Amino acid sequence: MKKLLKGGRVIDPVNGIDGEYDVLIDGDRIARVGRNLPVDGVTVVEMPRGFVICPGFIDMHVHLREPGQEHKETVATGTASAVAGGFTAVACMPNTVPVNDNANVTSYILAKAAAANLARVYPIGAVSRGSKGELLADIAELRQAGCVAITDDGHPVATALLLRRALEYAGMFDMPVIEHCEDPTLKGDGVAHEGFHAAALGLRGIPGACEALGAERGILMAELTGSSFHVAHMSARASLRAVRKGKEAGIRVTCEVAPHHFTLTDEALSTPIPYDTNTKMNPPLRELADRDAMIQGIVDGTVDVIATDHAPHHYDEKNVEFDRAPFGIVGLETAVPLTFDRLVHTGLIPLSKMIQLLSVNPARVLRIAGGSLAEGALADITILAPDMPVRIAAAVLQSKSKNTPFDGWELRGGVAATIVGGRTVYLNPGAPVARGL
Amino acid sequence: MSAPATAITALRSRHLLGIAGMTPEEITLVLDTATAMKEIGSRTVKKVPALRGKTVVNLFFEPSTRTRTSFEIAEKRLSADTLNVAIGTSSVVKGETLVDTALNIEAMQPDMIVLRHSSSGTCHLLSRICKSAIINAGDGTHEHPTQALLDAFTIRERKPTLAGLKVAIVGDLLHSRVLRSNILLLTTMGADVWVCGPPTLIPADIRRFGVTATSRIDEAVEGADVVMMLRIQLERMEGAYFPSLREYFNVFGMTEARLRLAKPDVLIMHPGPMNRGVEIASEVADGPYSVILDQVANGVAVRMAVLYLLAGGADHEETT
Amino acid sequence: MPVVMDADRIGRTLTRIAHEIVERNKGVEALALVGVRTRGVHIARRLARTLKEITGDDVPTGALDITLYRDDLMRHTVGPQPLVRSTEIPFSIDNRKILLVDDVLYTGRTVRAALDALIDFGRPASIQLIVLVDRGHRELPVKADYVGKNLPTQLEESVQVRLQETDGEDEVVLREGGAA
Repeated sequence: MKKLLKGGRVIDPVNGIDGEYDVLIDGDRIARVGRNLPVDGVTVVEMPRGFVICPGFIDMHVHLREPGQEHKETVATGTASAVAGGFTAVACMPNTVPVNDNANVTSYILAKAAAANLARVYPIGAVSRGSKGELLADIAELRQAGCVAITDDGHPVATALLLRRALEYAGMFDMPVIEHCEDPTLKGDGVAHEGFHAAALGLRGIPGACEALGAERGILMAELTGSSFHVAHMSARASLRAVRKGKEAGIRVTCEVAPHHFTLTDEALSTPIPYDTNTKMNPPLRELADRDAMIQGIVDGTVDVIATDHAPHHYDEKNVEFDRAPFGIVGLETAVPLTFDRLVHTGLIPLSKMIQLLSVNPARVLRIAGGSLAEGALADITILAPDMPVRIAAAVLQSKSKNTPFDGWELRGGVAATIVGGRTVYLNPGAPVARGL
Repeated sequence: MSAPATAITALRSRHLLGIAGMTPEEITLVLDTATAMKEIGSRTVKKVPALRGKTVVNLFFEPSTRTRTSFEIAEKRLSADTLNVAIGTSSVVKGETLVDTALNIEAMQPDMIVLRHSSSGTCHLLSRICKSAIINAGDGTHEHPTQALLDAFTIRERKPTLAGLKVAIVGDLLHSRVLRSNILLLTTMGADVWVCGPPTLIPADIRRFGVTATSRIDEAVEGADVVMMLRIQLERMEGAYFPSLREYFNVFGMTEARLRLAKPDVLIMHPGPMNRGVEIASEVADGPYSVILDQVANGVAVRMAVLYLLAGGADHEETT
Repeated sequence: MPVVMDADRIGRTLTRIAHEIVERNKGVEALALVGVRTRGVHIARRLARTLKEITGDDVPTGALDITLYRDDLMRHTVGPQPLVRSTEIPFSIDNRKILLVDDVLYTGRTVRAALDALIDFGRPASIQLIVLVDRGHRELPVKADYVGKNLPTQLEESVQVRLQETDGEDEVVLREGGAA
């Protein structure tokens, strides 16, 4: 069964392609990318004007919550949310219940992903048993079962020594260690970025230095071990500085920024809804200088990846006192419109750069397939409608949870369709029709 | 003699969530109304029928003798029916959420809820889900608006105007909801506000509130018209934010010697409860410039004013 | 907009009422004036001056704000609250003969509120009511003891007492429409 995507703008940065090309899909693989490909015996899909065809987006920081917290999200609902957001693959964090610190949990997640049959799921294993920060988890077994990286996300690896050992051990498989960078003593019981808005609202603060200290520690350990270190959900300008210096020094460090950290500032704590618990995440929404630094880091290439830190929480859990609410927001279905609207349409980055941040680089950081439309590659494709008006509506998100601060936002640029392994797994009913997809 | 000085006769918000957002005219309206309310306390029968038939729930998730008593007296003087719900007796201890507790109380159709809670922002949360008017009686480290209003009322009884006064606020600035409300109120009314405390207890970016921040107490007190002392929470402070209570008193305690730097007619204020010998010397607390007990007395009048103004009522038709 | 009482007329009327007070009470002993805010207070103060001229004695004078006693106060669920102003009665009303003063007597509801308020201050020997204008249309069984002018009115008309102290001139006018 062959399918020909015809007339779209194909952007495949890895292969230096940007222009009007046809894409021929054969089964679950890309057969050819070229001009005026023969149409005999294939289903021809005419791309509506302006559509962009690019390698499938990969969100390398997602909480699918299964096993254990299925009231927030499941692998099925999470991957439905992923494909609706244009992601053909997600990497899921190990802070489930129980923690993904052994092959059984990894296999369970993969079995659920296979059953859902939507986005590809790449589990990330725990650094330590139970993510307790004491003993190393069975890292080799996790890798064999399918884990692509390790992290104790939710909190940092407990000690510099344990982080060092994890980097050394995972380095054996060239697996990156992903770190939730944070100094626990500086975080304390903080709930918001330490600054004017937290002070005005009487919320306990978390300074940017809290994250930067964790980033600096990890970069030093990466230098010491020679292994790959990845800074998760970076938010503070001091962390960016640390990553930039680390990269200049040739240390194997990469980093990601979440859309809310390049879109919002801590002003969202008080406006438009004061104490909206959907503005509570960790790391917190930072002040303007940090937000602008994240954008600058994306523009100048210090930031490798845009990842959502998709963190679903049930309505009841968020409908509480601000300091009792859990950290985090859903992000899979808002990431692409926010990136378009805030970075591409503002002229800060070209579309090809967006594709690197959302597809090419996460594949590289995780050493997984994807990020390319080369012949023979998996036919994981995201089709974008760059000028489509998008209105975020929390109530109709595919995710089981609706905790987003972007409800009601009007943005430009969205996802038209998502193809995983040659199969169309998502068609945006609001986008122009591409007959035959 | 002429028409009343205030240009407005109503508050714009149906809740009192904080001083933030209040205009000088609104603050003046509350203080002027409180002036009228204060006289009621001097009568033989200290009660007026204004809030007859209104139900006010005092929902206190945090122990407070002073504020709760003050509100309760204010409510009773206005003839409201009052109900006290304290955390020890509520179902919160059984694991019910704040929202559910509030909705259950709402179902009994009170007109106003006076809320005290240890988490900042709980009044905003309740104002979004409740039909009742919400009055903030202190939420976490956010605001305590009626305290700031009664402080302003007490100052205004002794000074011609708030504008231009140098007010020094000294103590734990980080954890004080009284500080936030007072800064907002005093700067709105044009006072020159100085805040002073150890650097470990000064919130980030406090200068953006339009105040002068210093850790040099002499600088803060010099030429001050009003000195407000804030309470030091003994349990959590010593060794963490400053080395010892003795050292705190030496560096930041309000003594008579220090007070000589202030204006001769300086007012000494404290929202209570006081730690004598920690943030304030007894000679100062009991001294001639101390208006600490007046603050307590004025609390009732100010809360009556707030309750009255938020109770919702008739239009302006006058029947002669 | 007919002027029903001018400044001279108001002055003569108050002088006449002062004489009636002295006559009826056989002097001013144990008397006290309490004016209802706003204009009743000014009328009460004028009467106190006249009484002093007539008898040489000071009659204590107070001001009463009846807002918190109004029977229409909490009848609507929304809307601005009437402004509350200070009540100042700097003397004990116990066993005194209180002369309650208001500008216009209409439905009687203000007087009812004022009586309730006064009783909260103590137990006067008696309360007598003084009004500058009685325009009729009573809704409560209230009758004035001293009336400056009986003024028959239509319901839709309004009576406005304007005084030097509050309005810059002394006159009573009758208007078409609008409540007062």
